[in-house]
Amino acid sequence: MGQGNIRIQTEDFSIEDETVRVRESSRRIGGIVSFLGTARDFSKGQEIHKIDFEHYPGMAEKRLAEIREQALQDYDIIEVTIIHRVGERSIGENIVLIVVGAEHRQDAFRACSWCIDELKRITPIWKKETTPKGVVWVEEHP
Amino acid sequence: MVNLKFFAVLKHLIGKSELSLDVEKGTSLEELLEKLVKDLPPLKEGLQEGKILISVNQEVVERSYLINDGDEIAFLPPFAGG
Repeated sequence: MGQGNIRIQTEDFSIEDETVRVRESSRRIGGIVSFLGTARDFSKGQEIHKIDFEHYPGMAEKRLAEIREQALQDYDIIEVTIIHRVGERSIGENIVLIVVGAEHRQDAFRACSWCIDELKRITPIWKKETTPKGVVWVEEHP
Repeated sequence: MVNLKFFAVLKHLIGKSELSLDVEKGTSLEELLEKLVKDLPPLKEGLQEGKILISVNQEVVERSYLINDGDEIAFLPPFAGG
């Protein structure tokens, strides 16, 4: 399993390990905020059986690295980790994890929220949901 | 020679993920698109609806971009990560 702050991988991640890694990056950290996105079983009135994630290798990692750098520049935070899983995922599985460490909680909350919004906006990752009526490529990101 | 890449729903509709093409130096992306949509109708639909972004060498570009030999041109349907 990768050890970097930016990762796209098929395997699961450990929320605890990633949180500890951010916490141990600096003794100035006084608050850590994380966002965990998981695979839900219902979307737009349709039951979902499984979800497949596809990404553009290279470009997706670049965008995540840019999001991390921009967050470190724009918010008063100390460390950011962003991990996204791809491939075929079952309902309930972990999909995305963002962990932000800062001296104070408000900066960590704001940066974490911005990172997930930006990830959805600019990162070339696609999602195909398998429903009882067939497959749907998701185009919206609420 | 340029390498074209198709992802997600486009890959599914077109039936392939990559295509290599000879393109004259100085051809604009817009000119290449005019040729491509004739052979690849799913691309035409997506482009007309303004849903598809185009990247060259992994950076999103405008259609006025002038193509260079060896460029990696990717057609990107709406993102849905997270």
